[in-house]
This record gives sequence, structure tokens and C-alpha cells, in this order.
Amino acid sequence: MNTSKELLKIKNLHTSFRIKDEYFAAIEDINLTLNENEVLAIVGESGCGKSTLATSIVGLHPEGNTKVEGEITYGDRNLTKLKEDQLNKIRGNDIGFIFQDPLAALNPLMRIGDQIAETLKYHTKLSEKERTKRVLELLDQVGINMPERVARQYPHQLSGGMRQRVVIAIAIACKPKIMIADEPTTALDVTIQAQILDLLSDLQEETNAGIILITHDLGVVAEVADRVAVMYAGQIIELAPVEELFGNPKHPYTRSLLNSIPQIDSENDRLEVIHGMVPTLTKMPRTGCRFGPRVPWIDESKHETNPQLHEVGQDHLVRCTCWKDFHFEHEEGGLNHELHAN
Amino acid sequence: MWKTILRRVLLMIPQLIVLSLLIFWLAKLMPGDPFTGLITPETDPHRIEELREMAGLNDPWYVQYWHWITGAVQGDFGDSYAFKDSVSSLIGDRALNTLWLSLFSVILLYLIAIPLGIYAGRYQGTWFDKGTVLYSFISYAIPTFVLGLLFLFFFGYKLDWFPTSGTVDVKYEAGTWDYFWNKVYHLILPGITFALLGTTTVIQYLRSEVIDSKTQDYVKTARSKGVPMKKIYSKHIFRNSLLPIAAFIGFTITGLLGGSIFIETIFGYPGMGQLFIQSLGQRDYSVITALVLLFGFLALLGSLISDIVMSIVDPRIRIDN
Repeated sequence: MNTSKELLKIKNLHTSFRIKDEYFAAIEDINLTLNENEVLAIVGESGCGKSTLATSIVGLHPEGNTKVEGEITYGDRNLTKLKEDQLNKIRGNDIGFIFQDPLAALNPLMRIGDQIAETLKYHTKLSEKERTKRVLELLDQVGINMPERVARQYPHQLSGGMRQRVVIAIAIACKPKIMIADEPTTALDVTIQAQILDLLSDLQEETNAGIILITHDLGVVAEVADRVAVMYAGQIIELAPVEELFGNPKHPYTRSLLNSIPQIDSENDRLEVIHGMVPTLTKMPRTGCRFGPRVPWIDESKHETNPQLHEVGQDHLVRCTCWKDFHFEHEEGGLNHELHAN
Repeated sequence: MWKTILRRVLLMIPQLIVLSLLIFWLAKLMPGDPFTGLITPETDPHRIEELREMAGLNDPWYVQYWHWITGAVQGDFGDSYAFKDSVSSLIGDRALNTLWLSLFSVILLYLIAIPLGIYAGRYQGTWFDKGTVLYSFISYAIPTFVLGLLFLFFFGYKLDWFPTSGTVDVKYEAGTWDYFWNKVYHLILPGITFALLGTTTVIQYLRSEVIDSKTQDYVKTARSKGVPMKKIYSKHIFRNSLLPIAAFIGFTITGLLGGSIFIETIFGYPGMGQLFIQSLGQRDYSVITALVLLFGFLALLGSLISDIVMSIVDPRIRIDN
């Protein structure tokens, strides 16, 4: 898969938000590539910067209080340097967006058909009639029965799954080369989730698009992703092909995440948790290993002072060196620590 | 939709009956009757008693109520004791004047408030926004009679740009363009006063709605489609921001039809508000009860209009299906 064409290259991306008069980096030092026909999953818990990364790519942040630095190369252009009207030609046309909550993502006062046609209006030369025809095709393509009827309806008249299909229809209207899906299945029932993921895979087969899938659902990742980037506190802490990540996770955070998935055949009644919380934006430690405070039983000397991504295997990157000394609390070393603490 | 409207109108009937009973009861509770004012030391008590008997004031309350309400349904509210004219013709003249004033004020109000609210929300935090907010607070804080008197003094009296009372000069003949423009000319000062003081709610609602809408996900979706910000404001944010305005537009309109007591009194404008305050002063019960009943009816109508407008603007609350 990695031999195919590179669509998007993110280099040293920093995005900071202004809080009062200071800028705080929500994501730092992001380096990623997205290839054709690939699903790159970005996982992490709430507040780790997943969505910030997604919206940074085409500059969808509120104007005025956001700073995006670094390089996002699409084709021969650096997206972080483009002006709003240049970005508008790329948004929706080359890069399609799918948002989390399909009810909120649609304008409640606008008919479904008009909302899809709006994308076509700004990126194609189709006449109004042709646009209407294309809207019906798109609705059909995303698996909506009776497209004529649905096109005339309003968002509140559709079910959650249908709304997400409409959101996808908007995203694919101009056959984008890249699709960014920000938690596309989070707000949906499990059965609908599977349908939506199938739909995305089918669409990808047709267009060879690269998909950036943002999620906190490791089940979804295992099902559809080719490569996975795990984010913690604004940084990528582990990046690996999907089989490698699930089979041979290295970073303490990745291992803790996988460990906290409830197993149906486990005899342990208790859910494994990760101690502590993700630091907030203003309280983020700017030096040292950011995961350090959540694994206090690892000696400080085992962390790097300025943790970098290191290659530990074929296409497998891990930040910091603390993974070498990591073990779960209930394991040998952890037990000692607990005894000491008591 | 028509079915629902019809149902709502039919529902208004029992509401109006309850209201009319309440009003009638309150009117009866008030001390004295129309003949109390006529009593002098020389009056023969028997004569008063005869008059009372003739007017039906000695009948049981339900008979009196029945007389009043059957007349009211046919538009006959009896005669005004103070004006020596039938209540309905009295209200009819004033209602038309108030209608013109309301229409003029409401159009002016929205013309001022909608752009201010939308732009203040759009350019939140700029000097324009701060100025608009300051203006809206000032206009909210100034009592009607203060601004009314100031306008009357400067533009009416000192500068002599506008007439200080009345609805139209007597020299013009009804039906001509001159007559019409003269009417508008008389409306300007009270209309502006009213509009300037009424803008606060509309501005504040719109501004906060626009600010709120900007962060909504559907705006993000629109941006992700590549729609320019200017179009997002005109196509997506504007309409969504108007929802709360639509929600109380019916009340605004019918509220205005009740007339503004302050403005009509200050500008000597013979409308419903002025009539109401005069009748109160003169204990003109037949006029007061008729007006209160009418105000109640307008309030009910206002909520109906608001619901209809809302259902047109917001598909989520279509009355049917």
C-alpha cells in the first residue's frame, strides 16, 4: 500500500490557539503522509488534538485566534500558506470533510438537496438542472432510497444513519482525492456504524481517495485502517501499520489504550483504566515525556528530556524511550511500586 | 396547516369567553356606576334609581353580562359616557391611527435593528460591535417619555421640523397624495421615538444568535464545502439567526396595535393608547372593558401569528405532518 502515490504530506505542523493574549499549541511536531487508496487512522482520547489536526489541514479554524505553522503539501502547494479564497477552491473539491454529529453538521433550515448542490455550485460548471440530477445520483450512491423524496426533505426528517449518508454525499460530491472523516461513526448506532464504514470503503474503492479517519474507537480502527497514528497531548506518540500496532504496540500509552478495551472472554471484572487525565491546553508540560505523569512508576531517567520519534521497526515509529522500561502496574515492576507507595 | 389554524381560531373562543367574564367581573367590582358622577345634592334618589332600572343595572349579573357580550359579538360595545359616541366608532377611528403608527414604527424598527444586529454579531469585538451594544443599552435605559419629550422639544419645537401633535393637518382632503404624505409627516417623530427605543431586544437577540451560529457545525460544514464566508453569512447564518425574531414577531405587531400609551400621549397622537388612558381617567367603563377585551384578543392573535410565521420559517416546527 505504501508504494502508491503520496497525496498529502504534513511536515512539522504546529497549531496554536490564542487564550487571552498567549498562544498555546494544541498540536505540535506533526509529521504524516497520506497515500492514495489508504486509510490513515488517527486515534487518541478526547482533547488530544485529533480534530485540531483535521481542521488544520484546510484551515477550518475560526479566523483570528488560531496560528497554523509548518508545511502541509498537497500537490505542489503548501496549504498553510494559501489565502482563504484559494483554500475555498480546495475545500470540498479536492478535500472532502465528514463530521461527527450529522444532525448538527447540516443546516436545519435548508433542504437536503440544496445542501449537497451547494458544493457543486462552487466547484463545478454544472447548470442548476444538472446539479439536481447529480444530487440524486449522489444520494443514490450513498445508499439512500427514494432520492427524489429525500432531496426535498429537511435534516430533522431523516434518521441518524441517513443524515450521515447525506453528510458523506456532500463530502464526495466533487470526487475529492482526500476525505477527512472526523469521528464519522461516533454518533451512530453500532449497526449503522458498520454500514457507514462499509460505505466509506466502497466509495474509496471507486475513487482511490486517501482517507484520514479520526476516531477514538479502536474497533473501527482495526476494521478499516491501513496505518494508525496514536496521538497523546497534541503529539503523535506512535505510528505504525495497523497489524503492527495491534500486534506489537510499543508506547506505554498505546499499550494502555489497547489494554483498556474490555475483553468479552476476560475473567477480570474490572475495566482497565489509565491513571490521571490529559493535561489541559494551558497546563500542558512543554518539555519531557508528556505521558510521564500518567505512568509514575517509570523512573524519570528512562524518559528522554526532549522525546523524539524513533524508528523501532518497518514503518513503526515510537516517541520517547520510556517504552523500553514500561510494564503495567499489576505486572512485576508495578507491584513493587505499589508496595513502596503503600 | 389550514386545519390547524382553524382549530387554533376555534380554541380562541373559549379563551375569549373566560377573558370577557373576567373583565366583566372586574368592571362590576369597581366602585360606582355611570350615574354616580351625575349625583348632586339636588338629585332625586328615585330618579337615579329609575335610570339604573332603565339601564338594566339592577338586573342579575348574568343578564347584564349576556346583554353586554351579545352586543360585543356584533360589534356593539354600548356608548361612551365621556365622548357621547358609540364605543365601536370611537375605537374604529383610533385603531386606524394606531395601525398606521404601528406599521411605520415596526418597519423602521426592523430596518434599523436587523442590519445592526447582524453586523455587530458578524464583526464581534470590533468598534462597530461595541458601539452597537452601547447604543442598544442606552436605548434600553432611556425611558420613553424622556426621549419623546427631547425629540418633541428639539425637532418639534426648537427646530420646528416636525408637527408636535395630531395625525394630519385639517387643510388636506382625505384620499389625496398630499393627505397621505402629511399623515406620514406626522408619523415620523413618534415613529422614530418608538423604533429607536424598541431596537434593543431585536439587536441583542440577533447579535447573540449570529455569534452563536458562527460556531455551529453546519457553518463548519459549509466552510468545508468551500463556500466563501460572505455567502455563509447570507445563506446559512442569516436565516438561522432570524428564528427568535420570527418567534415574537406576532406579539410585536399585535402589541403595537394596542397602542403606546406614552408615545401617543406625548405626541398628542389620537390612538388606542391615548384613548385607553383617557377612559381610565374618566372612568369610561364601557370603553375600558371594550379595549381590554380587544387587547386580550390581540394577544391571542399575536401568538397565533407567531406560530404561523415560525412554522413558515423553521421546517422543524411545521404545524402539520
